[in-house]
Amino acid sequence: MKNYQVNSNNADNANILEVENLSVHFAALEVFRGLSFTVPRGSSLAVIGPNGSGKTVLFKALIGSIPSKGRIRWAPGTRLGYVPQKLDLERDLPVSGRDLLRAKAAVSKSSEDAVTTALEQVEFDELSLSVPIGAMSGGQFQRLLLAFALIGEPNVLLLDEPAAGIDEPGQEKLNIMIQRLQEEKGVTVLLISHDLSVVYRYATAVLCLSRTHTWFGAPQTVLNPEMLQQLYGAPTRFHIHDGP
Amino acid sequence: MGLEAGSLILSVAMAVAAGLVGCFAVMRRLTLAADAISHVALPGIGIALVLRTQPMAGALAMLLIGTTLIWALESHTKMPTETIVGVVFSVALAIGSMTTSGEQLVEALFGGAGSLTTWEFALGMVGAGVVIAFILEARNRLIVALVSPEIAMTSGINVSRLNLVYLLTFALTVALGLRYLGVLLMGSLIIIPAATAKRLARDLNGMLVISVIVAVASTLLGTYAAGRFHGETGPFIITVAGVLFLLSLLA
Repeated sequence: MKNYQVNSNNADNANILEVENLSVHFAALEVFRGLSFTVPRGSSLAVIGPNGSGKTVLFKALIGSIPSKGRIRWAPGTRLGYVPQKLDLERDLPVSGRDLLRAKAAVSKSSEDAVTTALEQVEFDELSLSVPIGAMSGGQFQRLLLAFALIGEPNVLLLDEPAAGIDEPGQEKLNIMIQRLQEEKGVTVLLISHDLSVVYRYATAVLCLSRTHTWFGAPQTVLNPEMLQQLYGAPTRFHIHDGP
Repeated sequence: MGLEAGSLILSVAMAVAAGLVGCFAVMRRLTLAADAISHVALPGIGIALVLRTQPMAGALAMLLIGTTLIWALESHTKMPTETIVGVVFSVALAIGSMTTSGEQLVEALFGGAGSLTTWEFALGMVGAGVVIAFILEARNRLIVALVSPEIAMTSGINVSRLNLVYLLTFALTVALGLRYLGVLLMGSLIIIPAATAKRLARDLNGMLVISVIVAVASTLLGTYAAGRFHGETGPFIITVAGVLFLLSLLA
Protein backbone atom coordinates (compact mmCIF):
# COMPACT_ATOMS: atom_id res chain seq x y z
CA MET A 1 0.00 0.00 0.00
CA LYS A 2 1.17 3.49 -0.77
CA ASN A 3 2.00 5.35 2.40
CA TYR A 4 -0.53 7.99 3.17
CA GLN A 5 1.03 11.32 4.02
CA VAL A 6 -0.31 14.82 4.42
CA ASN A 7 2.51 17.25 5.20
CA SER A 8 4.22 14.55 7.18
CA ASN A 9 7.72 16.05 7.27
CA ASN A 10 7.77 17.33 10.80
CA ALA A 11 5.43 15.00 12.64
CA ASP A 12 6.73 13.96 16.00
CA ASN A 13 7.50 10.25 15.99
CA ALA A 14 5.59 9.66 19.22
CA ASN A 15 2.47 11.14 17.65
CA ILE A 16 1.01 9.52 14.57
CA LEU A 17 -1.18 12.56 13.95
CA GLU A 18 -0.86 16.23 14.81
CA VAL A 19 -3.61 18.68 13.98
CA GLU A 20 -3.14 22.42 14.45
CA ASN A 21 -5.69 25.15 14.01
CA LEU A 22 -7.82 23.15 11.58
CA SER A 23 -10.83 24.84 9.99
CA VAL A 24 -13.34 23.64 7.42
CA HIS A 25 -15.80 25.85 5.55
CA PHE A 26 -18.47 24.95 3.02
CA ALA A 27 -19.08 28.22 1.17
CA ALA A 28 -20.36 30.56 3.92
CA LEU A 29 -20.96 27.76 6.43
CA GLU A 30 -18.22 27.23 8.99
CA VAL A 31 -18.24 23.60 10.12
CA PHE A 32 -15.52 24.04 12.76
CA ARG A 33 -12.63 26.37 13.40
CA GLY A 34 -9.29 26.33 15.21
CA LEU A 35 -9.27 22.63 16.02
CA SER A 36 -6.00 21.36 17.56
CA PHE A 37 -5.21 17.93 18.95
CA THR A 38 -2.58 15.18 18.82
CA VAL A 39 -2.96 11.43 18.58
CA PRO A 40 -0.14 9.33 20.09
CA ARG A 41 0.79 6.07 18.33
CA GLY A 42 -1.28 3.10 19.46
CA SER A 43 -3.84 5.24 21.29
CA SER A 44 -7.54 5.51 20.57
CA LEU A 45 -9.27 8.82 20.06
CA ALA A 46 -13.06 8.97 20.24
CA VAL A 47 -14.80 11.81 18.44
CA ILE A 48 -18.24 12.61 19.84
CA GLY A 49 -20.79 15.35 19.38
CA PRO A 50 -24.35 15.97 18.29
CA ASN A 51 -25.51 15.46 14.70
CA GLY A 52 -24.19 18.15 12.38
CA SER A 53 -21.23 19.03 14.59
CA GLY A 54 -18.73 18.04 11.88
CA LYS A 55 -17.44 14.66 13.04
CA THR A 56 -17.57 13.05 9.59
CA VAL A 57 -16.31 16.27 8.00
CA LEU A 58 -13.30 16.13 10.35
CA PHE A 59 -12.49 12.60 9.16
CA LYS A 60 -12.82 13.65 5.53
CA ALA A 61 -10.47 16.57 6.14
CA LEU A 62 -7.99 14.23 7.86
CA ILE A 63 -7.88 11.90 4.85
CA GLY A 64 -7.60 14.88 2.49
CA SER A 65 -10.85 14.34 0.59
CA ILE A 66 -12.19 17.84 1.35
CA PRO A 67 -10.23 21.11 1.49
CA SER A 68 -9.33 22.48 4.91
CA LYS A 69 -7.21 25.21 6.46
CA GLY A 70 -4.61 24.63 9.15
CA ARG A 71 -2.11 21.81 9.52
CA ILE A 72 -2.65 18.07 9.39
CA ARG A 73 0.53 16.07 9.93
CA TRP A 74 0.47 12.30 9.64
CA ALA A 75 3.72 10.60 10.71
CA PRO A 76 5.78 9.10 7.85
CA GLY A 77 4.77 5.53 7.09
CA THR A 78 1.13 6.03 8.09
CA ARG A 79 -1.21 3.57 6.39
CA LEU A 80 -4.87 4.43 6.78
CA GLY A 81 -7.84 2.11 6.94
CA TYR A 82 -11.09 4.07 6.67
CA VAL A 83 -14.61 2.82 7.33
CA PRO A 84 -17.12 5.42 6.13
CA GLN A 85 -20.47 5.90 7.81
CA LYS A 86 -22.70 4.92 4.94
CA LEU A 87 -22.44 4.59 1.21
CA ASP A 88 -25.01 5.27 -1.43
CA LEU A 89 -24.93 2.14 -3.57
CA GLU A 90 -27.32 0.86 -6.21
CA ARG A 91 -28.87 -2.44 -5.16
CA ASP A 92 -28.17 -4.07 -8.51
CA LEU A 93 -24.53 -3.00 -8.79
CA PRO A 94 -22.80 -6.14 -10.12
CA VAL A 95 -19.90 -5.96 -7.68
CA SER A 96 -19.66 -8.76 -5.13
CA GLY A 97 -18.03 -8.62 -1.70
CA ARG A 98 -15.27 -10.80 -3.12
CA ASP A 99 -14.69 -8.32 -5.98
CA LEU A 100 -14.28 -5.46 -3.52
CA LEU A 101 -11.89 -7.26 -1.16
CA ARG A 102 -9.81 -8.66 -4.01
CA ALA A 103 -9.59 -5.18 -5.48
CA LYS A 104 -8.25 -3.86 -2.18
CA ALA A 105 -5.74 -6.72 -1.95
CA ALA A 106 -4.52 -5.94 -5.47
CA VAL A 107 -4.34 -2.18 -4.87
CA SER A 108 -2.48 -2.62 -1.56
CA LYS A 109 -0.28 -5.38 -3.06
CA SER A 110 -1.45 -7.83 -0.41
CA SER A 111 -1.89 -11.57 -0.93
CA GLU A 112 -5.17 -13.50 -1.12
CA ASP A 113 -4.35 -14.67 2.43
CA ALA A 114 -4.80 -11.09 3.62
CA VAL A 115 -8.42 -11.29 2.42
CA THR A 116 -9.00 -14.52 4.37
CA THR A 117 -7.38 -13.08 7.51
CA ALA A 118 -9.46 -9.89 7.33
CA LEU A 119 -12.65 -11.92 6.88
CA GLU A 120 -11.81 -14.01 9.96
CA GLN A 121 -11.07 -10.88 11.97
CA VAL A 122 -14.49 -9.36 11.29
CA GLU A 123 -16.24 -12.77 11.33
CA PHE A 124 -17.67 -12.36 7.86
CA ASP A 125 -19.34 -15.46 6.46
CA GLU A 126 -17.43 -16.57 3.33
CA LEU A 127 -20.62 -17.75 1.68
CA SER A 128 -22.02 -14.21 1.68
CA LEU A 129 -19.00 -12.96 -0.28
CA SER A 130 -20.67 -13.64 -3.61
CA VAL A 131 -23.65 -11.41 -2.74
CA PRO A 132 -23.66 -8.09 -4.66
CA ILE A 133 -22.58 -5.37 -2.22
CA GLY A 134 -25.70 -3.26 -2.85
CA ALA A 135 -27.89 -6.19 -1.80
CA MET A 136 -26.08 -6.87 1.51
CA SER A 137 -27.75 -6.04 4.82
CA GLY A 138 -26.44 -3.00 6.71
CA GLY A 139 -24.55 -5.12 9.20
CA GLN A 140 -23.07 -7.39 6.54
CA PHE A 141 -21.86 -4.45 4.49
CA GLN A 142 -20.40 -2.74 7.55
CA ARG A 143 -18.37 -5.88 8.33
CA LEU A 144 -17.25 -6.01 4.70
CA LEU A 145 -16.04 -2.40 4.86
CA LEU A 146 -14.14 -3.21 8.03
CA ALA A 147 -12.51 -6.20 6.34
CA PHE A 148 -11.68 -3.91 3.40
CA ALA A 149 -10.02 -1.43 5.77
CA LEU A 150 -7.98 -4.17 7.46
CA ILE A 151 -6.42 -5.49 4.22
CA GLY A 152 -3.03 -3.87 3.62
CA GLU A 153 -2.05 -3.82 7.30
CA PRO A 154 -3.13 -0.29 8.21
CA ASN A 155 -1.52 1.24 11.31
CA VAL A 156 -4.33 3.78 11.71
CA LEU A 157 -8.04 2.95 11.58
CA LEU A 158 -10.57 5.74 11.05
CA LEU A 159 -13.96 4.33 11.98
CA ASP A 160 -17.06 6.45 11.38
CA GLU A 161 -19.72 4.83 13.55
CA PRO A 162 -18.55 1.32 12.72
CA ALA A 163 -21.21 -0.32 14.88
CA ALA A 164 -24.11 1.29 13.00
CA GLY A 165 -26.36 -1.44 11.62
CA ILE A 166 -24.61 -4.22 13.54
CA ASP A 167 -26.62 -6.14 16.17
CA GLU A 168 -25.67 -5.79 19.82
CA PRO A 169 -23.62 -9.00 20.25
CA GLY A 170 -21.89 -8.05 16.99
CA GLN A 171 -21.09 -4.59 18.37
CA GLU A 172 -19.45 -6.08 21.44
CA LYS A 173 -17.37 -8.42 19.25
CA LEU A 174 -16.40 -5.46 17.11
CA ASN A 175 -15.19 -3.50 20.11
CA ILE A 176 -13.17 -6.48 21.31
CA MET A 177 -11.69 -6.97 17.83
CA ILE A 178 -10.62 -3.33 17.64
CA GLN A 179 -9.05 -3.57 21.07
CA ARG A 180 -7.21 -6.76 20.08
CA LEU A 181 -5.81 -5.06 16.97
CA GLN A 182 -4.53 -2.27 19.15
CA GLU A 183 -2.88 -4.62 21.63
CA GLU A 184 -1.39 -7.03 19.11
CA LYS A 185 -0.41 -4.71 16.28
CA GLY A 186 -0.25 -1.32 17.93
CA VAL A 187 -2.89 0.08 15.59
CA THR A 188 -4.05 3.63 16.35
CA VAL A 189 -7.83 4.07 16.30
CA LEU A 190 -9.85 7.20 15.57
CA LEU A 191 -13.49 6.45 16.24
CA ILE A 192 -16.70 8.40 15.78
CA SER A 193 -19.29 7.02 18.15
CA HIS A 194 -22.58 7.92 19.77
CA ASP A 195 -22.21 5.21 22.39
CA LEU A 196 -20.71 7.05 25.35
CA SER A 197 -20.20 3.91 27.44
CA VAL A 198 -18.06 2.46 24.63
CA VAL A 199 -16.14 5.72 24.44
CA TYR A 200 -15.58 5.67 28.20
CA ARG A 201 -14.33 2.10 28.19
CA TYR A 202 -12.15 2.00 25.10
CA ALA A 203 -10.91 5.51 24.29
CA THR A 204 -7.69 6.96 25.64
CA ALA A 205 -8.73 10.46 24.58
CA VAL A 206 -11.97 12.16 23.61
CA LEU A 207 -12.58 15.02 21.21
CA CYS A 208 -16.01 16.59 21.63
CA LEU A 209 -17.30 18.74 18.80
CA SER A 210 -20.22 21.10 18.99
CA ARG A 211 -21.24 24.16 17.03
CA THR A 212 -19.84 26.46 19.71
CA HIS A 213 -17.13 24.63 21.66
CA THR A 214 -14.62 21.85 21.38
CA TRP A 215 -13.20 19.82 24.24
CA PHE A 216 -10.21 17.49 24.07
CA GLY A 217 -8.80 15.34 26.86
CA ALA A 218 -9.01 12.03 28.72
CA PRO A 219 -12.51 10.50 28.91
CA GLN A 220 -12.55 10.73 32.71
CA THR A 221 -12.03 14.49 32.63
CA VAL A 222 -14.00 15.40 29.50
CA LEU A 223 -17.06 13.19 29.90
CA ASN A 224 -18.64 14.91 32.89
CA PRO A 225 -22.33 15.80 33.26
CA GLU A 226 -21.79 19.56 32.75
CA MET A 227 -19.88 19.13 29.54
CA LEU A 228 -22.42 16.62 28.19
CA GLN A 229 -25.24 18.98 29.07
CA GLN A 230 -23.50 21.74 27.10
CA LEU A 231 -22.63 19.40 24.23
CA TYR A 232 -26.01 17.80 23.67
CA GLY A 233 -28.15 20.55 25.19
CA ALA A 234 -29.93 18.03 27.42
CA PRO A 235 -28.98 15.94 30.45
CA THR A 236 -27.20 12.84 29.16
CA ARG A 237 -26.64 9.71 31.17
CA PHE A 238 -24.56 6.72 30.37
CA HIS A 239 -23.67 3.64 32.28
CA ILE A 240 -20.03 3.28 33.29
CA HIS A 241 -18.90 -0.33 33.47
CA ASP A 242 -16.36 -1.37 36.08
CA GLY A 243 -13.38 -2.45 34.02
CA PRO A 244 -13.44 -3.71 30.43
CA MET B 1 -5.21 -9.84 -45.43
CA GLY B 2 -8.01 -8.25 -47.41
CA LEU B 3 -9.45 -4.88 -46.60
CA GLU B 4 -12.74 -6.42 -45.61
CA ALA B 5 -11.12 -8.83 -43.14
CA GLY B 6 -9.04 -6.00 -41.69
CA SER B 7 -12.13 -3.88 -41.31
CA LEU B 8 -13.95 -6.70 -39.52
CA ILE B 9 -11.04 -7.39 -37.16
CA LEU B 10 -10.82 -3.70 -36.31
CA SER B 11 -14.53 -3.44 -35.62
CA VAL B 12 -14.35 -6.44 -33.26
CA ALA B 13 -11.39 -4.87 -31.41
CA MET B 14 -13.39 -1.63 -31.15
CA ALA B 15 -16.39 -3.54 -29.80
CA VAL B 16 -14.28 -5.24 -27.12
CA ALA B 17 -12.92 -1.85 -26.04
CA ALA B 18 -16.42 -0.33 -26.02
CA GLY B 19 -17.83 -3.24 -23.99
CA LEU B 20 -15.13 -2.88 -21.33
CA VAL B 21 -15.16 0.93 -21.06
CA GLY B 22 -18.96 0.96 -20.94
CA CYS B 23 -19.12 -1.21 -17.80
CA PHE B 24 -17.58 1.49 -15.66
CA ALA B 25 -19.55 4.29 -17.33
CA VAL B 26 -22.80 2.47 -16.55
CA MET B 27 -21.79 1.57 -12.98
CA ARG B 28 -20.69 5.16 -12.34
CA ARG B 29 -24.06 6.41 -13.62
CA LEU B 30 -22.32 8.30 -16.39
CA THR B 31 -24.58 6.99 -19.12
CA LEU B 32 -25.95 10.34 -20.21
CA ALA B 33 -22.55 11.94 -19.80
CA ALA B 34 -20.95 9.15 -21.78
CA ASP B 35 -23.33 9.57 -24.67
CA ALA B 36 -22.85 13.31 -24.65
CA ILE B 37 -19.04 13.19 -24.53
CA SER B 38 -19.06 11.55 -27.95
CA HIS B 39 -20.65 14.68 -29.43
CA VAL B 40 -17.58 16.69 -28.50
CA ALA B 41 -15.98 15.06 -31.54
CA LEU B 42 -18.21 17.08 -33.88
CA PRO B 43 -16.43 20.45 -33.81
CA GLY B 44 -13.14 18.56 -34.20
CA ILE B 45 -14.38 16.95 -37.41
CA GLY B 46 -15.67 20.32 -38.63
CA ILE B 47 -12.43 22.15 -37.92
CA ALA B 48 -10.39 19.35 -39.54
CA LEU B 49 -12.54 19.60 -42.69
CA VAL B 50 -12.08 23.38 -42.81
CA LEU B 51 -8.32 22.90 -42.42
CA ARG B 52 -8.40 20.09 -45.03
CA THR B 53 -6.82 17.60 -42.70
CA GLN B 54 -7.89 14.13 -41.44
CA PRO B 55 -11.36 14.37 -39.81
CA MET B 56 -10.47 11.55 -37.40
CA ALA B 57 -7.40 13.41 -36.16
CA GLY B 58 -9.56 16.48 -35.52
CA ALA B 59 -12.18 14.37 -33.75
CA LEU B 60 -9.62 12.68 -31.51
CA ALA B 61 -7.91 15.97 -30.65
CA MET B 62 -11.22 17.63 -29.77
CA LEU B 63 -12.38 14.61 -27.75
CA LEU B 64 -9.21 14.65 -25.68
CA ILE B 65 -9.38 18.43 -25.17
CA GLY B 66 -13.12 18.33 -24.37
CA THR B 67 -12.70 15.47 -21.91
CA THR B 68 -9.84 17.20 -20.11
CA LEU B 69 -11.97 20.34 -19.94
CA ILE B 70 -14.89 18.39 -18.45
CA TRP B 71 -12.57 16.80 -15.88
CA ALA B 72 -10.98 20.14 -14.97
CA LEU B 73 -14.37 21.86 -14.57
CA GLU B 74 -15.62 18.96 -12.48
CA SER B 75 -12.59 18.97 -10.16
CA HIS B 76 -12.68 22.75 -9.88
CA THR B 77 -16.39 23.39 -9.37
CA LYS B 78 -17.38 20.05 -7.74
CA MET B 79 -20.52 20.15 -9.89
CA PRO B 80 -21.93 16.80 -11.04
CA THR B 81 -20.26 15.42 -14.19
CA GLU B 82 -23.64 15.20 -15.89
CA THR B 83 -24.27 18.94 -15.54
CA ILE B 84 -20.85 19.89 -16.88
CA VAL B 85 -21.02 17.43 -19.74
CA GLY B 86 -24.47 18.79 -20.58
CA VAL B 87 -23.03 22.29 -20.98
CA VAL B 88 -19.89 21.26 -22.88
CA PHE B 89 -21.93 18.92 -25.09
CA SER B 90 -24.44 21.57 -26.17
CA VAL B 91 -21.70 24.07 -26.96
CA ALA B 92 -19.76 21.41 -28.88
CA LEU B 93 -22.83 20.46 -30.89
CA ALA B 94 -23.49 24.13 -31.70
CA ILE B 95 -19.92 24.75 -32.85
CA GLY B 96 -19.93 21.41 -34.68
CA SER B 97 -23.02 22.21 -36.71
CA MET B 98 -21.62 25.65 -37.58
CA THR B 99 -18.41 24.15 -38.98
CA THR B 100 -19.77 21.09 -40.81
CA SER B 101 -22.02 20.96 -43.87
CA GLY B 102 -25.25 18.96 -43.88
CA GLU B 103 -23.90 15.88 -45.61
CA GLN B 104 -20.70 15.84 -43.59
CA LEU B 105 -22.74 16.28 -40.43
CA VAL B 106 -24.89 13.24 -41.19
CA GLU B 107 -21.78 11.15 -41.86
CA ALA B 108 -20.14 12.40 -38.64
CA LEU B 109 -23.26 11.63 -36.63
CA PHE B 110 -24.05 8.21 -38.06
CA GLY B 111 -20.77 7.02 -39.57
CA GLY B 112 -20.22 6.09 -43.13
CA ALA B 113 -18.54 3.48 -45.28
CA GLY B 114 -15.09 4.28 -46.56
CA SER B 115 -11.96 2.45 -47.49
CA LEU B 116 -9.60 1.49 -44.71
CA THR B 117 -5.92 2.25 -45.15
CA THR B 118 -3.21 0.11 -43.55
CA TRP B 119 -2.31 3.04 -41.34
CA GLU B 120 -5.87 3.47 -40.12
CA PHE B 121 -6.02 -0.24 -39.37
CA ALA B 122 -2.76 -0.17 -37.41
CA LEU B 123 -3.67 2.96 -35.43
CA GLY B 124 -7.14 1.60 -34.68
CA MET B 125 -5.71 -1.68 -33.38
CA VAL B 126 -3.18 0.17 -31.20
CA GLY B 127 -5.93 2.42 -29.83
CA ALA B 128 -8.20 -0.52 -29.01
CA GLY B 129 -5.25 -2.32 -27.41
CA VAL B 130 -4.51 0.69 -25.19
CA VAL B 131 -8.15 0.94 -24.06
CA ILE B 132 -8.46 -2.79 -23.32
CA ALA B 133 -5.11 -2.90 -21.46
CA PHE B 134 -6.01 0.14 -19.34
CA ILE B 135 -9.41 -1.19 -18.26
CA LEU B 136 -8.04 -4.63 -17.38
CA GLU B 137 -5.08 -3.12 -15.51
CA ALA B 138 -7.08 -0.43 -13.68
CA ARG B 139 -10.23 -2.44 -12.95
CA ASN B 140 -9.43 -2.88 -9.25
CA ARG B 141 -8.72 0.82 -8.74
CA LEU B 142 -11.82 1.73 -10.74
CA ILE B 143 -14.00 -0.54 -8.62
CA VAL B 144 -12.73 0.83 -5.31
CA ALA B 145 -13.11 4.45 -6.51
CA LEU B 146 -16.60 3.66 -7.75
CA VAL B 147 -17.72 2.26 -4.39
CA SER B 148 -16.26 5.21 -2.46
CA PRO B 149 -13.73 7.87 -3.52
CA GLU B 150 -12.78 8.22 0.16
CA ILE B 151 -11.84 4.60 0.76
CA ALA B 152 -10.02 4.75 -2.57
CA MET B 153 -7.96 7.73 -1.39
CA THR B 154 -7.06 6.02 1.87
CA SER B 155 -6.08 2.92 -0.14
CA GLY B 156 -3.44 5.02 -1.90
CA ILE B 157 -5.36 5.60 -5.15
CA ASN B 158 -5.05 8.99 -6.85
CA VAL B 159 -8.77 9.28 -7.58
CA SER B 160 -8.61 12.53 -9.53
CA ARG B 161 -5.91 11.21 -11.88
CA LEU B 162 -7.74 7.90 -12.26
CA ASN B 163 -10.91 9.78 -13.28
CA LEU B 164 -9.01 11.78 -15.88
CA VAL B 165 -7.34 8.70 -17.38
CA TYR B 166 -10.69 6.88 -17.44
CA LEU B 167 -12.43 9.77 -19.23
CA LEU B 168 -9.55 10.01 -21.75
CA THR B 169 -9.83 6.26 -22.36
CA PHE B 170 -13.53 6.78 -22.91
CA ALA B 171 -12.82 9.56 -25.42
CA LEU B 172 -10.31 7.35 -27.24
CA THR B 173 -12.92 4.58 -27.47
CA VAL B 174 -15.41 7.02 -29.00
CA ALA B 175 -12.78 8.12 -31.53
CA LEU B 176 -12.13 4.48 -32.47
CA GLY B 177 -15.74 3.90 -33.40
CA LEU B 178 -16.43 7.17 -35.22
CA ARG B 179 -15.76 5.94 -38.73
CA TYR B 180 -18.09 2.94 -38.41
CA LEU B 181 -20.78 4.23 -36.15
CA GLY B 182 -20.49 7.99 -36.04
CA VAL B 183 -20.78 10.25 -33.07
CA LEU B 184 -24.37 9.36 -32.13
CA LEU B 185 -24.12 5.62 -32.39
CA MET B 186 -20.69 5.05 -30.82
CA GLY B 187 -21.96 6.35 -27.48
CA SER B 188 -24.71 3.75 -27.76
CA LEU B 189 -22.29 0.88 -28.45
CA ILE B 190 -20.46 1.83 -25.25
CA ILE B 191 -23.60 2.08 -23.12
CA ILE B 192 -26.11 -0.53 -24.38
CA PRO B 193 -23.97 -3.70 -24.01
CA ALA B 194 -22.83 -2.58 -20.53
CA ALA B 195 -26.41 -1.82 -19.50
CA THR B 196 -27.40 -5.29 -20.72
CA ALA B 197 -24.55 -6.86 -18.76
CA LYS B 198 -25.46 -4.93 -15.60
CA ARG B 199 -28.91 -6.51 -15.67
CA LEU B 200 -27.55 -10.03 -16.07
CA ALA B 201 -24.31 -10.13 -14.07
CA ARG B 202 -23.86 -10.62 -10.33
CA ASP B 203 -20.17 -9.81 -10.13
CA LEU B 204 -17.57 -7.74 -11.92
CA ASN B 205 -16.08 -10.51 -14.09
CA GLY B 206 -19.57 -11.51 -15.20
CA MET B 207 -20.35 -7.94 -16.16
CA LEU B 208 -17.14 -7.42 -18.15
CA VAL B 209 -17.52 -10.73 -20.02
CA ILE B 210 -21.24 -10.29 -20.85
CA SER B 211 -20.72 -6.69 -21.95
CA VAL B 212 -17.90 -7.68 -24.34
CA ILE B 213 -19.96 -10.58 -25.74
CA VAL B 214 -22.97 -8.33 -26.38
CA ALA B 215 -20.82 -5.61 -27.99
CA VAL B 216 -19.00 -8.06 -30.28
CA ALA B 217 -22.17 -9.99 -31.16
CA SER B 218 -23.98 -6.73 -32.01
CA THR B 219 -21.07 -5.63 -34.21
CA LEU B 220 -20.81 -8.93 -36.08
CA LEU B 221 -24.55 -9.48 -36.52
CA GLY B 222 -25.10 -5.81 -37.40
CA THR B 223 -22.32 -5.86 -40.00
CA TYR B 224 -23.73 -9.05 -41.50
CA ALA B 225 -27.27 -7.69 -41.62
CA ALA B 226 -26.10 -4.40 -43.14
CA GLY B 227 -24.33 -6.35 -45.89
CA ARG B 228 -27.40 -8.45 -46.54
CA PHE B 229 -29.85 -5.60 -46.63
CA HIS B 230 -27.41 -3.15 -48.28
CA GLY B 231 -27.74 -0.61 -45.47
CA GLU B 232 -25.35 1.44 -43.35
CA THR B 233 -23.50 -0.64 -40.74
CA GLY B 234 -23.89 1.65 -37.69
CA PRO B 235 -27.68 1.69 -37.35
CA PHE B 236 -27.82 -2.10 -37.80
CA ILE B 237 -25.22 -2.65 -35.07
CA ILE B 238 -27.08 -0.46 -32.59
CA THR B 239 -30.44 -2.04 -33.47
CA VAL B 240 -29.02 -5.49 -32.69
CA ALA B 241 -27.59 -4.16 -29.39
CA GLY B 242 -30.98 -2.67 -28.54
CA VAL B 243 -32.74 -5.99 -29.24
CA LEU B 244 -30.24 -7.83 -27.00
CA PHE B 245 -30.91 -5.29 -24.24
CA LEU B 246 -34.66 -5.81 -24.55
CA LEU B 247 -34.12 -9.57 -24.37
CA SER B 248 -32.12 -9.10 -21.14
CA LEU B 249 -35.18 -7.48 -19.58
CA LEU B 250 -36.96 -10.81 -19.93
CA ALA B 251 -34.26 -12.65 -17.95
